[in-house]
Amino acid sequence: MNELMLARLQFGATTIFHFLFVPLSIGLVFMVALMETFYVVKGQEIYKKMAKFWGHLFLINFAVGVVTGIIQEFQFGMNWSEYSRFVGDVFGAPLAIEALLAFFMESTFIGLWIFGWDRLSKKVHLACIWLVSLGTVLSAMWILAANSFMQEPVGFAMNNGRAEMNDFFALLTNPQFLVEFPHVIFGALATGAFFIGGVSAVKLLKKQEVQFFKKSFSMAMVIALIAGMGVAFSGHSQAKHLMESQPMKMAASEALWEDSGDPASWTIFAGINTEEEKNDFQIAVPFALSYLAYEKFSGEVPGIHTLQKQYEQKYGEGNYIPPVKTTFWSFRIMAGAGLLMILMSMMALWYNFKERLMEKKGFLRVMVAMISFPFLANTAGWVMTEIGRQPWTVFGLMTTSASVSPNVSVESLLFSLITFTLIYLVLAIVLVYLFVREIKKGTEHEEQAKDPRRSIDPFEKEVMQ
Amino acid sequence: MELSELWFMLVAVLFIGFFFLEGFDFGVGMATRFLGRNDFERRILVNTIGPFWDANEVWLLTGGGAIFAAFPHWYATMFSGYYVPFVFVLLALIGRGVAFEFRGKVKTRAWTKAWDWVVFIGSLLPPFLFGVLFTSLLRGMPIDGSMTMRAGFSDFVNLYTVTGGVTVTLLCFLHGLVFLTLRTVGDLQMRARELAHTMVYVVLAALVALVSLSILETDLFTYHGEITIVMAAFIVISYGVSAAMLGKKRDGLAFFFSGLGIMTTVATIFTGLFPRVMVSSLNSTYNLTVYNAASGPYSLKVMTIVALTLLPFVLGYQIWSYYVFRKRVDGKDMVY
Ligand code: HDD
Ligand code: HEM
Ligand code: HEM
Repeated sequence: MNELMLARLQFGATTIFHFLFVPLSIGLVFMVALMETFYVVKGQEIYKKMAKFWGHLFLINFAVGVVTGIIQEFQFGMNWSEYSRFVGDVFGAPLAIEALLAFFMESTFIGLWIFGWDRLSKKVHLACIWLVSLGTVLSAMWILAANSFMQEPVGFAMNNGRAEMNDFFALLTNPQFLVEFPHVIFGALATGAFFIGGVSAVKLLKKQEVQFFKKSFSMAMVIALIAGMGVAFSGHSQAKHLMESQPMKMAASEALWEDSGDPASWTIFAGINTEEEKNDFQIAVPFALSYLAYEKFSGEVPGIHTLQKQYEQKYGEGNYIPPVKTTFWSFRIMAGAGLLMILMSMMALWYNFKERLMEKKGFLRVMVAMISFPFLANTAGWVMTEIGRQPWTVFGLMTTSASVSPNVSVESLLFSLITFTLIYLVLAIVLVYLFVREIKKGTEHEEQAKDPRRSIDPFEKEVMQ
Repeated sequence: MELSELWFMLVAVLFIGFFFLEGFDFGVGMATRFLGRNDFERRILVNTIGPFWDANEVWLLTGGGAIFAAFPHWYATMFSGYYVPFVFVLLALIGRGVAFEFRGKVKTRAWTKAWDWVVFIGSLLPPFLFGVLFTSLLRGMPIDGSMTMRAGFSDFVNLYTVTGGVTVTLLCFLHGLVFLTLRTVGDLQMRARELAHTMVYVVLAALVALVSLSILETDLFTYHGEITIVMAAFIVISYGVSAAMLGKKRDGLAFFFSGLGIMTTVATIFTGLFPRVMVSSLNSTYNLTVYNAASGPYSLKVMTIVALTLLPFVLGYQIWSYYVFRKRVDGKDMVY
């Protein structure tokens, strides 16, 4: 493997890993803030218990989210130095603002929240968790503004061979950003909601602390339904926008080698043959692609071959076709997961409303498995977005092969790739182990911790020594 | 003053803030081995920085982000050039960050012990590597005409840079010990003070060695001769005063002067570099400077407005959080 492939592998792997924790953090902290709000407004202890229990899980996850983010901050310079030189002017600004505005807020108020239960008034303590939640959303906002620039460069002028910013507000009103941001946030809320729903289902199946986990479950499912609908609608507007900004990605995600004809049908499955650049077979729904792309039941969608010719005229000779199979299947995984999520949250709310949840053992088991679907969809979504953009890093301006650091050797890359992978493996194992432990323990240890004698006791012998 | 010069100052301020703040929590992390005698004491030590360490680390992230935004070439050349050292910094920071959160989660000896080692190594390695980084920046690195740095082992590791690394590590260790005199009680506090009192002299010796080597190896004392000499003297005096205050158990003042020492040390390095941001050992025309490495004027203007608007709020709530947790950690309500 050469430097470029290794750098891509490392970037993809570390970023995907970071984004397993990110949406769960964003989603969980929002729900925890909601629970604490109920506690402060209604004054019922159960909501405080809820905020604390789910807060514990959130904190474990948050810690991993933070440390995997540290790599991200420096990776652009380490592995993509030519890219950083080229776009630093535009791209560095949102990243710096993210740190200054969002990371400081998250990290300071999370400290106040963790250590402040007995030191701050109820309302101030509640404000702290909302500020953490706001921080995570602001953080997502700025990094997505940066990412959107890579999908659809705006607000810059070329100067000395570099992209220099000339309109800051264009970055924040980038049409790509306006559709990407809500989609990612809804996806994150769904991730948190299905996590709480699935964990509650585990406890309900064991009939442990039924009242507590039923309450958590129903609250989560309301959010899950809202987020699921939100993800579908915003995803649709992304697809519509994709037709204008990156038609090649759209064509690849449909494995549409030739122009679709009018009206365009949406392919559910296809046997993609990338060697001969055609599909051996496919199953399609008539009219649906026209609707996805244009919101009406007519309209032709250009195919890969047509676009390849257009791009060659515009950007010079080269291969502008992204990996079609990856783009095609990741889109289907995401959209499929999305539909399933909407369906399951509706069923959950129905059973809950009918008070039949506890009888539906099979359904509860499915809800446990559903924990994984938002993670799948998030990962698939990014894979589609980023791989579908290939061969570009900055669409139309800079290719991935021109972005890589020229001075980082294969040996260095192997060293970093292996060590990062190992440490991430350890993190993943420890995280799952701790999650399972906390979930098994349930909420009982909260009471234990409250009793100061008991929490100090184990150490008393040592103190005497 | 040009905006690029202002941004050089802002980057310097971020790194000064980083070493002042994260400096003491690196030091506390190191102290877990040298000061904490049992699990209970180590737990107290970790809890003294519990609410703060994450926000302190963000000073580094913001510093990195500011370099990216204001000096893309500096960001690109430095982080790709120092690739392997940065891999170690990142591994250390990753381990350390989760170790604080995880160490108390399972109450078995082996578990806590393992994470405590991660805390220790994770707190020791980054200041050492940053020391190596900054001293080698002053000494100059092989940067070619296309702003690409291709350094070999001896460019990174030599007597001068190792002395730099050790010195910065010691500065952080001392700073952490003095911080502990303010945040703990009883026996632990007394021992922290005693160890700090001894460490001041070790720090002074290291500083003298670093200054002498700097005279031989770099242009630190000729490029901006007078200012750097004054600043170096100021550092030595600060630590002297800090030692005296520790003797008198005036812990607050001792912390103030140890903080002043560490901040002035970082400031001296940045002053010595200015207007260069990276020195080329191949040819001085290949130096990266605040002028040839900077972003366009528009970016810098936007960033200036944003930074000057946000920074007061950030400082405000960070100070408030230190105020909320001003009470010493005595082993009652601990989280980690
Ligand atoms: C959509 C949201 C999102 C995306 C796409 C990314 N991040 Fe992230 N990041 C967050 C949302 C987030 C967060 C929610 O704010 C985190 C995750 C969990 C957490 O603890 O904070 C975070 C943590 C986090 C941290 C640690 C902050 C701290 O110490 O408090 C850094 C330095 C980064 N991220 C940097 C990046 C970079 C450079 C990315 C681009 C490749 C990136 N993140 C992708
Ligand atoms: C957090 C969610 C994200 C995920 C899961 C993700 C995933 C990926 C993947 C899989 C690649 C590799 C594509 C390939 O090599 O074919 C990639 C490339 C890239 N992404 Fe993202 N990405 C994410 C967010 C971002 C953001 C927010 C940015 C910028 C702010 C970004 C910048 C890049 C860059 C510079 C590349 C170029 C390297 C390359 O093409 O391999 N990514 N990303
Ligand atoms: C329900 C049907 C869905 C549709 C039609 C849809 C549509 C899309 C489209 C078209 C993109 C690519 C945008 C681009 O490349 O510019 C995308 C990306 C993405 N999707 Fe979805 N999506 C759906 C469901 C989901 C679900 C359920 C999740 C997660 C829970 C999710 C998470 C993501 C993420 C993280 C990205 C990458 C970031 C971005 O470009 O927004 N999507 N989605």
